[in-house]
Formats: sequence, structure tokens, C-alpha cells
Amino acid sequence: MAKSTAELQEMREQMAGQMSLRVEDKNAIRVVVGMGTCGIAAGARDIMRVIVDEVGAHNATHVKVIMDGNNKDAENAPVVEIHVLGKDTVTYTKVDAAKAKQIAAEVIGEAK
Amino acid sequence: MNFARAHIMVCGGTGCTSSKSPEIAAEFRKQLEAAGLADEVKVVQTGCFGLCALGPIVVVYPEGSFYSMVTIDDVKEIVDEHLVKGRPVERLLYHEGADHHGTVHSSLNDTDFYRKQKRIALRNCGRINPENIDEYIAFDGYKALEKVLKTMQPQEVIDVIKASGLRGRGGAGFPTGNKWQFAANEKNDVKYVCCNADEGDPGAFMDRSVLEGDPHSVIEAMAIAGFAAGAHEGYVYVRAEYPIAVHRLTIAIEQAREYGMLGKNIFGTGFDFDITVRLGAGAFVCGEETALMTSIEGHRGEPRPRPPFPAVKGLFGQPTLENNVETFANVTWIINNGPEAFAAMGTERSKGTKVFALGGKITNTGLVEIPMGTTLREVVEEIGGGVPNGKKFKAAQTGGPSGGCLPASLIDTPLDYESMAAVGSIVGSGGLIVMDEDNCMVDIAKFFLEFTVDESCGKCAPCRIGTRRMLEILNKITSGNGTLEDIDRLEELCEHVKANSLCGLGQTAPNPVLSTLKHFRDEYVAHVVDKKCPAGVCKDLLNYSIDPEKCKGCTACARACPVGAITGTVKEPHTIDTSKCIKCGTCISKCRFGAITKG
Repeated sequence: MAKSTAELQEMREQMAGQMSLRVEDKNAIRVVVGMGTCGIAAGARDIMRVIVDEVGAHNATHVKVIMDGNNKDAENAPVVEIHVLGKDTVTYTKVDAAKAKQIAAEVIGEAK
Repeated sequence: MNFARAHIMVCGGTGCTSSKSPEIAAEFRKQLEAAGLADEVKVVQTGCFGLCALGPIVVVYPEGSFYSMVTIDDVKEIVDEHLVKGRPVERLLYHEGADHHGTVHSSLNDTDFYRKQKRIALRNCGRINPENIDEYIAFDGYKALEKVLKTMQPQEVIDVIKASGLRGRGGAGFPTGNKWQFAANEKNDVKYVCCNADEGDPGAFMDRSVLEGDPHSVIEAMAIAGFAAGAHEGYVYVRAEYPIAVHRLTIAIEQAREYGMLGKNIFGTGFDFDITVRLGAGAFVCGEETALMTSIEGHRGEPRPRPPFPAVKGLFGQPTLENNVETFANVTWIINNGPEAFAAMGTERSKGTKVFALGGKITNTGLVEIPMGTTLREVVEEIGGGVPNGKKFKAAQTGGPSGGCLPASLIDTPLDYESMAAVGSIVGSGGLIVMDEDNCMVDIAKFFLEFTVDESCGKCAPCRIGTRRMLEILNKITSGNGTLEDIDRLEELCEHVKANSLCGLGQTAPNPVLSTLKHFRDEYVAHVVDKKCPAGVCKDLLNYSIDPEKCKGCTACARACPVGAITGTVKEPHTIDTSKCIKCGTCISKCRFGAITKG
């Protein structure tokens, strides 16, 4: 099927979030999820899933969700950090699904 | 809907494919399934990353972790550590430095190899799946074609290409905009667009990589060229030796037709354009534009006299716009980003970037795309990682068998059309072969001349006979029978072949000889006067001998000698029978006391 201008543009917009993964962007907001053994045991995998889906659903191309294998704060796992170039790191502890959604909403808002 | 949080890019170029990258991609899918990550992590087969010597290459995003020399057995570790726990596998990450034991960077763009590069023609290689038109579209694919068809006049398109300063990347460096203008100026019902993907320069493989990694960029540019010149049919002439490129190009053409980017009434503008792929048998002469067209027409690939130029009377006798793959790969970028952005890169008369294929005595062999005017030193020492094994840089051959060499004293020469011409070489199609102190320059000249003698089509006498006579003189010199008059005769013959050959093949064939004569005449003289090969390469001029002072009589060399030329008793100095010796060098590599010398 021949594609129209509108269809092409829609394809580009829909894929932007996914494809931006492959473009290095030093100014991107990095959401770092602690995925050490303790993190995973405390449910970090689900937390990450929530954030990835939120970011993906909003096509937030300037947000990168990254895993970190180091255990920084096992007692307070799951831990989520927000890294922005030139700003202090913000750390969230004992993140649950609701908090994860909130964090995602915040970074998505900031990115826009 | 599940969004993938990581993309595993597995190189699917020819080099990595032959070291099992398709199996590695399959193993990744299997291991991800086993780890329960199949819907979180996407595996993508992509185009060439450029660092071919270290393949198979795997890059994991979003981190941009750059894994080299990955084997099937490593896949499980990468999945378990990096993708499950977020710990990149350090031992497999690319290490910088002469022996690949140096610094590790967390991201590929921080490495010396990539930092100075500027990827325009190769922009999508390693970034998209070339067999999926959607991924090409996601990175602004077919936007340029749409813009051109809907908002521009053919002359405006030509003016943009002219303003960009783009010149032919296949060898001659002719201004692309002018070429398009000539084809557009012809009044004729039928015209053609022709893409030269014959790439015959030994060691150069940028065109192959573009077709393998980003075939749509060539298809889109050909359609734009068709619109600019008033052509509705395009031909891609690609050698059958590039099966992966042919396969992906064929898929891409089918997908483009399906989406209406090729065929009738593209974007509803009434413009028709379609592309046919023609396979070549791999003759070097078919890279010459008139020979290429003769071959497409179904005849034996022989060049035709110019004029008439292809723009006037080309394929099937009709006006034809002919560019090479890399040239086309720049076109959509120029339309999308503006000619000023392209012209901002490079030097005054050589704009934009050029892809070079680094080979020979260099740490990072592979493809690099750099702004025109980057110096040879930056390419060799920084991007290329220097000459390995602590050897000294001696020279670099640019432009392959049509080019010349740059000696160490010219290492600060900028790589652009004018600077290269000024020192007697060419940019050519971008082959760049580095030589160290162990290379004999007479031998190098002979190597390239053997290639052109083989590849000469035989149509014109200067090339058919002249190059053969030149080779005979070189053989005489390297076998120790040359005289000083031979060197003068060789030089004279070079000028005749250059001036009188019909096509580019013969006109440029003497270049390797002329430039080595210019920069390394003393080596030629050493061969004919001293009967010595200073680099120790030309076998007929070598004699192996054992220093009795150093020889301990360990017998290692005698046992290794394949022709039994070394004799002696245990713990007594050995001797070499030079009449039996075949100069293979095995004894030198076996001797632990440095007692054997050649010279």
C-alpha cells in the first residue's frame, strides 16, 4: 500500500521513542534503576517495566531508562536515580509502582 | 503495549556475517527468551559499524556499549550480566590502543576510533535494520524525496546539490551538481539514472557497506536524481561478489515499491521512477562509467571514447546521469539538512565527508568517515590507532591501483582532492593502505601493476601492452637484473601509458609506479645498483646467513627448514646452503638467538 504524507509522519512519530534509544544524547534525562540482586529481589524489575512503558507510551525521546548493576543502598531498594547533565542527582528510595508512575510522569513532563 | 528498553544491534555486514553474526543474533533471541526478556529487549541485525577487524561487533543501547569479537559462547554472559543485571561485560568491551588492551569506554562515540568521525554517508549503518523500510522512515527516510517532489523544481534540486559542493566519491571527484545539470540540459524523452556499485579498488568496501547497511538512502537519492534530470528509469550496477548487498538492495526496492516510493505516481505527484538491479562479474574496468554502461547493455565490459559523455549519450545511447553509491548516499542528507550544512564541513574546494577504507599495517582496520581535509596523521595515529608491533609508519597508498603513495614526510597532508593531487596521489574511491618499514615500495608498485595488468580489458594498446611492459621492467628490477636505464625507461613508459590510454584504468595505472619513483627513488636505485632490497622483501635479492658468533647450534632452524638447506652438528654453528634456500624466513622466526640475518 502506498503511504501518504500523513501516514509517514505518523510512523515517524510512533517510532521516535523507540528509535531514540539508538541515538546518543548527552543531554538526555537518565533514569537509572538499581538492578543489583537486592534491587531485583525487592521488585526493581517491575518498577523498571512501569517506567519504560510510561516513557514509551509518551514517546519521550529525551528520557533514557538505564539499569545499574551496583548495589548502592540495599536497605532502601528499589532505588531510582535521575541524572541530568549539570544538575545534582535526585535519588528515590523504596520505589513502588505508584511512585514509579509519578517519577516517570515527572521526567516526561520535564523533558517536554 | 510493551516498549523495548534495550536494543541489541548485531552487525550484519559481510565481515561480521562471515564470522557468524547471524548465528549470534539467533543465540541472543534464544537466550533472551530463556531469561524472560524477549519482550523487553529487541535484537536488530544492522549494517557495518566500521571496525571490521574486531568483528563480530555487537552494540547494546541505550548505553551504547560496544562489544567486539563476540562469540556464540559469550552471548549468555552478555544477557545474564548486562541485560538482566545491568552490568556490562568488561572483558568483551572494545579496548583501545595498539594491542587492544588499553582504555575501555562505556560508549562507542567516546572511542578514538569514532570521536573524530562524522558519519553522513554511513549515518544509518549500525543504526537501522536495512531490511526494514519502517526503520529507515523513522530516521527521516523518504522525507527528502517528498520535499523534492512536492515543493521543488528540478532546477532547484540541481542548485542545492551544486551549492553543497558535493563531488563524485567514486574516484575522479567531478562536481556532482554539474553532472546532474548536464543530464538535465539534454532534451530527450528517455533518460537514465545509473548507480555505480562496481567498487573494484582492492581493499575499499564503503559502497558495499552502504548498500548492506542503508540501501534505501541510495534508492531515495536515485529517485531524486531522476526527478532533477528528467529520468524515469534507474539502474544499479553491483558486482555479484556482493551477495548480501544485492539481497538487501532487492528487498529494499520491493519495500519501496510497496510503499509507493518507487513506481508510478510517487506521492501522488505524477512522477514515475523505478529501479532495476544489474549484476556485474567483478571486472575492475566496469567501474569506469562507459564500460559499466556497456556491460549493463549486455555487452562485454569495455570502455567507450569520451566525448560523447554519458550525460549526452550514455546508457542505451540515451542521456544518463551516473554517480557512485557513496555520492548518492550524501544526497538525501543534503536535501534534509541544507547545502550550507554540508558545505560547512571539509575544505574550501572539497566539501563534506569522505569514507576511507583503512587497511594494511594499522591497528584499527575498517571503514572511517571523516570530514574532508582531516590529515593523514589524524587518520593513521588517532582514528586508526597507529602502526602495530612498534613498527614505523613508512607510507600510505591512497586511491588503490589508480592512486599514489604518501611518504612519512607528507603525513600531515590533508586528505582532500586538491591536497592529494598536489602531492601526486588521489583521494580515489577511498582505499587507504598503510605500510610500515617492512614493506618494499618497488614491490608495492609491482603489486598494484600486476592488478591493473590482470584487469586491463585489452581494448586499447597503451594499456594492454604498456602496463605489461612496465610490469616486465619491474620484475627485472626486483629480481636483481635491472639497470639505471631501466628506471628511466620505466618512467618514460609511465608517461606514455598515462597520456594515451582510452579510459581511466590505463590513464591512472602508472600512478603507483610514478609516485613510488617520486618519493622512494632511492629504493629503486638500491635494487639496481646495490642489488639489495632495503626492506628485505624481494626474494631474489635476499641472502640468508647465520652469524657463527651468535649461533648456539640448537638445531631449531635446521629442523624447521622445509628444504633441508641448513646443516650443522649440535652445539656447533650451523650454515645455510644458499643454493637450496627458498628464502621463506621460517628459520628466522625459529631462531631464539637472533643469529640469522637476511640482506
